[in-house]
Amino acid sequence: MTVTELSSERRLPRRRARVATAGRRDRPSPLKQLLLQLLCLAIAFTVLFPIIWIVSMSLDPRDISRPYELTLIPPGASLDAYIRVWNQPSPNPVSFLELAKNSFLLASATAIFSVAIGVTAAYAFSRLQFRGRQVLMIAVLAVLMLPPVATLAPLFVQLNGINIDIPQIGLEFNLRNSLIGVGLAITSGLLPFAIWNLKGYLDTIPKELEEAAGVDGATKNQTFVKITLPLAMPALAVTGFLGFLSGWTEFYFTSTFLNKPEDYTLAVALNSMVGAYATQTPWSDFAAFAVLVAAPVSIVYFGFQRYIVGGLAVGGVKG
Amino acid sequence: MVTIASASPQRRRPRIRPDTRIAFLYLLPAFIVMGIITFYPLLFQTWMSFTDYTLENLPPRGTAPAFIGLDNYVRVLTTDLNLPNYDFLRILVFNLWWALSNVVIHVVLGVLIAVLLNTQGLLFRRFWRAIYIVPVVIPPIIVATVWANMFDKDSGAINLALQGLATLLRLPPETFQADWLRQVSDPIQGLSFLPMAYFALLVANTWLGWPLNAVVATGALQSIPKELYEAAEIDGAGPVQRFRNVTIPYLRPAMLPYAIYGFVITFNLFYLSYFMSGGGPFGKTELLVTQAFRLVTEQHVYGVAAAFAVIMFFILLALTLVTNRIAKTTASYAD
Repeated sequence: MTVTELSSERRLPRRRARVATAGRRDRPSPLKQLLLQLLCLAIAFTVLFPIIWIVSMSLDPRDISRPYELTLIPPGASLDAYIRVWNQPSPNPVSFLELAKNSFLLASATAIFSVAIGVTAAYAFSRLQFRGRQVLMIAVLAVLMLPPVATLAPLFVQLNGINIDIPQIGLEFNLRNSLIGVGLAITSGLLPFAIWNLKGYLDTIPKELEEAAGVDGATKNQTFVKITLPLAMPALAVTGFLGFLSGWTEFYFTSTFLNKPEDYTLAVALNSMVGAYATQTPWSDFAAFAVLVAAPVSIVYFGFQRYIVGGLAVGGVKG
Repeated sequence: MVTIASASPQRRRPRIRPDTRIAFLYLLPAFIVMGIITFYPLLFQTWMSFTDYTLENLPPRGTAPAFIGLDNYVRVLTTDLNLPNYDFLRILVFNLWWALSNVVIHVVLGVLIAVLLNTQGLLFRRFWRAIYIVPVVIPPIIVATVWANMFDKDSGAINLALQGLATLLRLPPETFQADWLRQVSDPIQGLSFLPMAYFALLVANTWLGWPLNAVVATGALQSIPKELYEAAEIDGAGPVQRFRNVTIPYLRPAMLPYAIYGFVITFNLFYLSYFMSGGGPFGKTELLVTQAFRLVTEQHVYGVAAAFAVIMFFILLALTLVTNRIAKTTASYAD
């Protein structure tokens, strides 16, 4: 859009452009342009400063536990810190890959499940007329209003009550202390979010196509499967991705519920590196770990942010 | 004749609830799941809030807790919990101020930077816009832990930068430094509810919060017809007047819902307070969400935590209703 604006402007005869717009649409003078660019650069510097700093620390070859001077460009680069946190980021005996596997499983399972069963409910709220619609929508909204922390106590107590103990085969299973239990707790808040977010998207899809299908004799089910669902695929992807993002670094439930190191997630490891009870972690290790956790999701998010950021304002995020 | 004939079917309401059966079929999977893992726990929580539920009552081996009526609620609200640094009213007031001060800064900065990016003929506009969105895409827990390091007293980038600045000005190196997250004395005399840690949190959250506001404001700015500015200019309006009388009325309908959404998000913002200041010093930067978390994970007083969560629900409900009312009453012709 910007490109076309500029090129059409350039094609205008100079004098006419100046007269017609009384100076407003003119290119700023070189001095003004320079000042504007410097201002933009200064803002960009504040935005990128923490990122440059953390990446610099993660690559610093001097192997210093804590920096004593501000270094934004390290003298050389080494991957030592990355290798250390790849093998064992926290005092717990688990590797980065094991942590990432748990986080990935939790995030993808809860996101896919929530979107899959949320989309039919969202369709009902968006398109169908039925008794009790208002009441049920308010029920979903009321839950959505609560931060996840507010359901920590009952979920902890209730999931802790579900145990399978078979001493003969050495099976001792506590639902609270398992990835399945944490997955349920995450879904408890993610599903209402998925329903509401998807409803918001479906509301923006014009109804004409569905009405045309109805005129052609399609049933509601056929309309949903053949018309609405294909149109809603981008919305499903975006909602699923937002769910994945919150699951990837989920902290409240994973840090509270899990105490077997093989179940630990990235957020649990991060907390044991820098949290209140952390031992002294070298900052280069923390920096490398932060980069490893953030980079995969941040790069994907950055690539798709055009499609996602608009949806944030529509649906609102929980987490 | 024609108008009447075409108007009447429109005025008639659509057939009453023709889809009820299929709608319930579509809702069933989600509501069965939510019934078990969302609504039932919330009901259970309400029951728990009337009991003295603690670690000893945990299933499967625990005993049943005693019913104590509204005792938990009274103790939460009257600050009678035997917890160090707990003060319900202080937390609530700080939490409201925290959300309000952040949102005002986010909106103002977001609009100003959107106006800058919208300057006619600005070069590299898309490049700058892409860079400015970066804070949005980083997981919040990473943002919080990185900013905790940034504000570290001895090795944080902020203090190291301030040290460099002081050296440059030939002043003692510690001139501008502070113990950002733990300083006990008040930075502003007379405002003891705003410790230094609040300002550190404010800086971190400003970094995090303005970019989305700038995105929303940019969208709104692009919808303003250019003719309006030209007309205003012909009428002799200066840049400030044009901003006040053309830009702001057009921005408001887009920014206001977003500001309200940002207010609620910031009100419940867990990570910065938890990881940067840890609620300190003396619990002064504790928020309702971080306090709720501590009641469960540190104190294990589940009954009290349940009452606290129910109270939080009503506070959030009140906030939602009030902010919606504000949005409606301040709506203008431009909406």
